Amino acid sequence: MNSVSNIDILGVLPETILVITALLVIVADAVRRRYDAKCLPIISVLGLIASAVAAMANWGDGGTVFNGTVFSDGFSSLFRVLFAVIGILTVLFSPHYMKISSMRLGEYYALILTGLFGMMVMAMAANLLLFFLGLETMSISLYVLAGSQRNDVKSAEAGMKYLVLGAFSSGFLLYGIALLYASVGSVDYEAIGAFFQSDFDPGPLLIAGIALLLVGFAFKVAAVPFHFWSPDVYDGAPATITGYMSTGPKAAAFVALIRVFGVALEPASSMWSVVITGLAILTMTVGNIVALRQTSVKRMLAYSSIAHAGYLLVGIVAGTKAAFAATAYYLSAYALMNLGAFAVLILLNRRQEGSYRFEDLRGMGFAHPLLGITLTIFLLSLTGVPPTAGFFGKLYVFSAAVGEGHIALAIVGLLNSAVAAYYYLRVITLLYMTKPETEPPIVQPIAYRAALVVSSILILLIGIFPEQLLNIITFSVP
Amino acid sequence: MILSLCIAIPALTALLILLIPRASEQAARWLALFGTLAAFVVSLVMYANFRVGEAGFQMVEKYPWVSSLGIDWHLGVDGISLFLILLTTLLSVLCILGSWSGITERVREFHFFFLLLEAGMVGVFSALDLFLFYVMWEVMLVPMFFLIGVWGGARRIYATIKFFLFTMAGSVLMLVGILYVYFHTTDPATGGHTFNLLLATEQSQFPMGIQTWLFLAFALAFAIKVPLFPLHTWLPDAHTEAPTAGSVILAGVLLKMGTYGFLRFCLPMFPMATMQFVPWISWLAIIGILYGAMVAMVQKDIKKLVAYSSVAHLGFVMLGMFALNIEGLTGSLLQQINHGISTGALFLLVGVIYERRHTRLAADYGGIAKVMPIYASLFMIIALSSIGLPGLNGFVGEFLILLGTFASNAMYAVLGTAGIILAAIYLLWMYQRVFFGQITNEENLKLKDVNLREGFIIGVLVVLAIWIGVYPDPFLSRMQPSLELVLSRFQSAGLSQLFIP
Repeated sequence: MNSVSNIDILGVLPETILVITALLVIVADAVRRRYDAKCLPIISVLGLIASAVAAMANWGDGGTVFNGTVFSDGFSSLFRVLFAVIGILTVLFSPHYMKISSMRLGEYYALILTGLFGMMVMAMAANLLLFFLGLETMSISLYVLAGSQRNDVKSAEAGMKYLVLGAFSSGFLLYGIALLYASVGSVDYEAIGAFFQSDFDPGPLLIAGIALLLVGFAFKVAAVPFHFWSPDVYDGAPATITGYMSTGPKAAAFVALIRVFGVALEPASSMWSVVITGLAILTMTVGNIVALRQTSVKRMLAYSSIAHAGYLLVGIVAGTKAAFAATAYYLSAYALMNLGAFAVLILLNRRQEGSYRFEDLRGMGFAHPLLGITLTIFLLSLTGVPPTAGFFGKLYVFSAAVGEGHIALAIVGLLNSAVAAYYYLRVITLLYMTKPETEPPIVQPIAYRAALVVSSILILLIGIFPEQLLNIITFSVP
Repeated sequence: MILSLCIAIPALTALLILLIPRASEQAARWLALFGTLAAFVVSLVMYANFRVGEAGFQMVEKYPWVSSLGIDWHLGVDGISLFLILLTTLLSVLCILGSWSGITERVREFHFFFLLLEAGMVGVFSALDLFLFYVMWEVMLVPMFFLIGVWGGARRIYATIKFFLFTMAGSVLMLVGILYVYFHTTDPATGGHTFNLLLATEQSQFPMGIQTWLFLAFALAFAIKVPLFPLHTWLPDAHTEAPTAGSVILAGVLLKMGTYGFLRFCLPMFPMATMQFVPWISWLAIIGILYGAMVAMVQKDIKKLVAYSSVAHLGFVMLGMFALNIEGLTGSLLQQINHGISTGALFLLVGVIYERRHTRLAADYGGIAKVMPIYASLFMIIALSSIGLPGLNGFVGEFLILLGTFASNAMYAVLGTAGIILAAIYLLWMYQRVFFGQITNEENLKLKDVNLREGFIIGVLVVLAIWIGVYPDPFLSRMQPSLELVLSRFQSAGLSQLFIP
């Protein structure tokens, strides 16, 4: 085999920076007590910015590095930047949250970084084994993060539940990879693609392999009926981590879905397309209907996050380049709006136990204009009302579906977004149309406010002028 | 440029209002008034530049927006949209004046949402790009949602959510329809698909089965907005709970977005399906006329009465439109304007006494013609215009509608006429209960007649009602060429022989 060259190193520079930052954070945490407690988030943000800059500077032009195991294409670069943005926002929202919930965990920031590293590996993997390694790196970080609020029973439960069910689903995935390897003779996406393009024999081993792989993915993106872990985990985890978990890992799993099912397994789409269609319909419908009945805003957003995975699956079913571009656009928009929504809720929730009741939001919109406006923008974007990014993403995904003749799927999806409007609007009505209870003033750290303002402006900007981002994405789709 | 200005001026004024300090409420009101006035003046310039006798779109502007998807900022005005835009900008000015003293809380935010709403409405009527149309259609939902929900009456939250969900549920199916049309429209210049409405209308040659589905997808969204019986249930709630300005805009402009949608999209793009659905829509319209009128008759709440009368009036508009001849279409379009004037004025008039007494129940009044003589006369003229008295605007519209309907189906016309009689009953009866008789409630003795501002607002609408009633030609001559163009779609689709001779 060839030795590692400079091009190889450059191809994984963003990941390298991330790992170094994570190590730095661990070291800084060990020695920090005598110095400044704020240094951990600062180091993390700087590392993430450097990683994003490295990804943008070395924008992938196709092809692979490391002997064909790593894609160095635009899609990898695009998602590196997205993961870095998710990381930056999560880190910016974290210090305040850790303070109010009296969390003391130095590894917190390091785990966020290693989790992002795992996601980046998942996105750039050109090989099922590397993908699996990335997935496990990410998942293990997430198990710990979900349970990181040790003094809270719900958080501990979330961590445990996530660990057990996550390991379970990894088993499915690994079994699927093994069976696929047994039939194809390779774990490289390219070789798998070539195999399916040839005149292949759809034997039981192969079908079982694809089915198990699909189940594994369905677990990871929390598609109904493999979603049962997610509401409890999302509800129990610290709110910053819920925002992080519901956006980053989802994006990483969808990139891998696109690369594995959308590209490599595309010739065999007759075998799996119907299954994903069914998953999409179930996921959207169940997610939305159950979200309607929630009494905690956090849990409602957890279910709505399931529903959004359903919309994203529509993009996989449509299966064209435009559909994958739409999925990537939607993932970017979703990351901004969901993280933002969680961030505002953290500030508005002034109870120690983390109850996030709807009633706590009464009259908050006029009382705290900045929080009210940004949360309204995030929620309208989640609903899919123009001119937000959420609207354009939804339009783009469903347009790809209609273009490929999946009209029934588009109708189900869009009717679902009308259902979703009800529970998102309910929050807005509480914010602006009810009288507030007397409340203590809310602390709004400056970095926090800045992050909220920037993400809501971005949502409007890429919603009104989607062309720029759209072109970048369209050119980078595999 | 002119149409973009009509959208940009209110939108930018809205943003400016947010910059005003919260305490200076008066400044917000004045700024909003200037913004709406400026937009109205610009729309008058548009009216002056409108070339009479042309059927196609004028003052067209087109800038690329998302060119990779064939989306343009594409605006234009024709005889169908001309007066709807003018109505929007005029009613907006009057609404700002009308809420001058009625809105005292969160003044800045109120005017911000109101101006955004105006921008969205003008956008809906002038968009020549299906995507842009849909965006504007949805964009105006949000400010209306806030206007009802924050400044509305006691049941405002229920009413506003209902309003939002009804509209949204209808419009998502329209979005699927729009996307389907998009994938069957190609831009000869680029070779790609396009949302261009002109090309979509020109190229729409769908087979019957597809046309039926597309017609239904679009029609559901529009029928909810109109509203066509039995999809009207959001209307009484929204209209009653909204603040005065919201009710005026809802009745005056928002409902017209539904009828406009039928005229602009359903009829020209899916002529065969339209023909097929004539009996369905006509019967629903007739049920709406009779049902709306009868429910209006038994209302104790004046505002609710006016709200139900809208269901009946919009039934007339739909009946005339689906007569599918030039008389019916012209009457239908003119009646849309008339309804905006008369019902808009009725809501403003109800707002005047509501502001003084904080009740809308007819039983709480009685005999107030003695203490408010000017108010009583203005109310009388507007009520008569709504009933359709000759010499006032309502008569011209209803007459043309019945003329057209009679030519296509005499039975529909006979049933529709019954609605006019009912309208006379419920409006005059309400008038009698509120204005005549002895003053039974002492508080009514202290009622002050309309002030200059209120008199001016209603006066403008009264003048318009008389103008259209006496000399409707400037309106009709601008409308008719464009409406004939719509009808020509039916001839070119080979459907003319289907008309009943």
